[in-house]
Amino acid sequence: MNFGKQFKEGLLTNNPVTVQLLGMCSTLAITTSMANGIGMGLSVTIILTLANIFIALLRKVIPDEVRIACFIVVIAGFVTMVDLSLQAFFPAIAKSLGVFIPLIVVNCIILGRAEAFASKNTVLASAVDGICQGIGYTAVLLVLCFFRELLGAGTLFGVQIMPKSYVPAGILVLPVGGFLCLGALIAAMQWGLKKAEKKNAKKEGEQA
Amino acid sequence: MKITTLLAISLGAILTNNFIFAQFLGICPFLGVSKKSDTAIGMGLAVTFVMGLASAITYAVNLLLVALGLEFMQTVAFILVIASLVQFIEMFLKKSMPSLYTALGVYLPLITTNCAVLGVALLNVQNEYNFIESVVYGVTGGLGFLLAIYLFATVRERTEFADYPESFEGFPIALITSGLLALAFMGFSGLQVWPM
Repeated sequence: MNFGKQFKEGLLTNNPVTVQLLGMCSTLAITTSMANGIGMGLSVTIILTLANIFIALLRKVIPDEVRIACFIVVIAGFVTMVDLSLQAFFPAIAKSLGVFIPLIVVNCIILGRAEAFASKNTVLASAVDGICQGIGYTAVLLVLCFFRELLGAGTLFGVQIMPKSYVPAGILVLPVGGFLCLGALIAAMQWGLKKAEKKNAKKEGEQA
Repeated sequence: MKITTLLAISLGAILTNNFIFAQFLGICPFLGVSKKSDTAIGMGLAVTFVMGLASAITYAVNLLLVALGLEFMQTVAFILVIASLVQFIEMFLKKSMPSLYTALGVYLPLITTNCAVLGVALLNVQNEYNFIESVVYGVTGGLGFLLAIYLFATVRERTEFADYPESFEGFPIALITSGLLALAFMGFSGLQVWPM
């Protein structure tokens, strides 16, 4: 098991959003302010880690034919827990995230990792995988939130950052802005990864 | 209940508050199953059907949960109902309509994890719709999804051959396209044909 490698995978080379293209709905919908991004990112990371641990524990017990249904029930249980805690302790965030907190149940990142990783690996590795993938997801959310809130409303965490004379590009906090920003971000990631690949290939070529 | 309320709900679900372009529900199948317009239509119809049926059944389930004081189990109960509903439809279609079953193929089980379906069930409860309003919202929400995915698929068939920067290959160009479609759908916002 290699923590560094899993971390790099979660954040860059196998990022759940920009590379695996999972969990698009929440990514696009809630990235209008930094507070939303942190709330959603943390919730998903916690649920993902807990669900991964639990499913890795049960991986030998769950029969293969009904595994998807079992995974969904496990995930739904954790989502309900997080949903209720958010409503109790952070009502403002719970309200602004709205229906997207219960919808974490059908967020394909969690089911995807349960199916692809936790059902085949040890508990410890699955926990690390959950944390790393969660961080990768949160990182993407925060990047999108940063640009959308800064340029779309001129604020960060609700505090005015841009000078008063700046006219906010309101379109960025609308649904349109979400699609455009995520498209641009994935394009930038693809560009960067391709460049890094070429560099590596060149290095290997020189060595050979 | 007035017929105008139902019309207002339908209009909202199809145009002004489109599930894809305004509420971001069901983006995964929207991006995943929109490479060809005929599969897009199949997916759209299947989703419409499941959304309508799921709205009706989850309405009943919710009544039961409220009666038992178990509202906090909503998410778990709804997802179980939807998963078994999809499974049931799959078995039914396989037996009685094999041609439709093969046409839908792998997309049918995928509907379980379509957030538009669970989303419509949760929104029905949140908006306190009654039974008929819930079903109308479910079906028209599905029709909105069908409209969006069909429009998107036809555009996407053309961008296949377009010349765009290499880094935008695959999903980025699809996202930009849907962004522009969302911009077009924004034109419907504020649309109100009759006073509520």
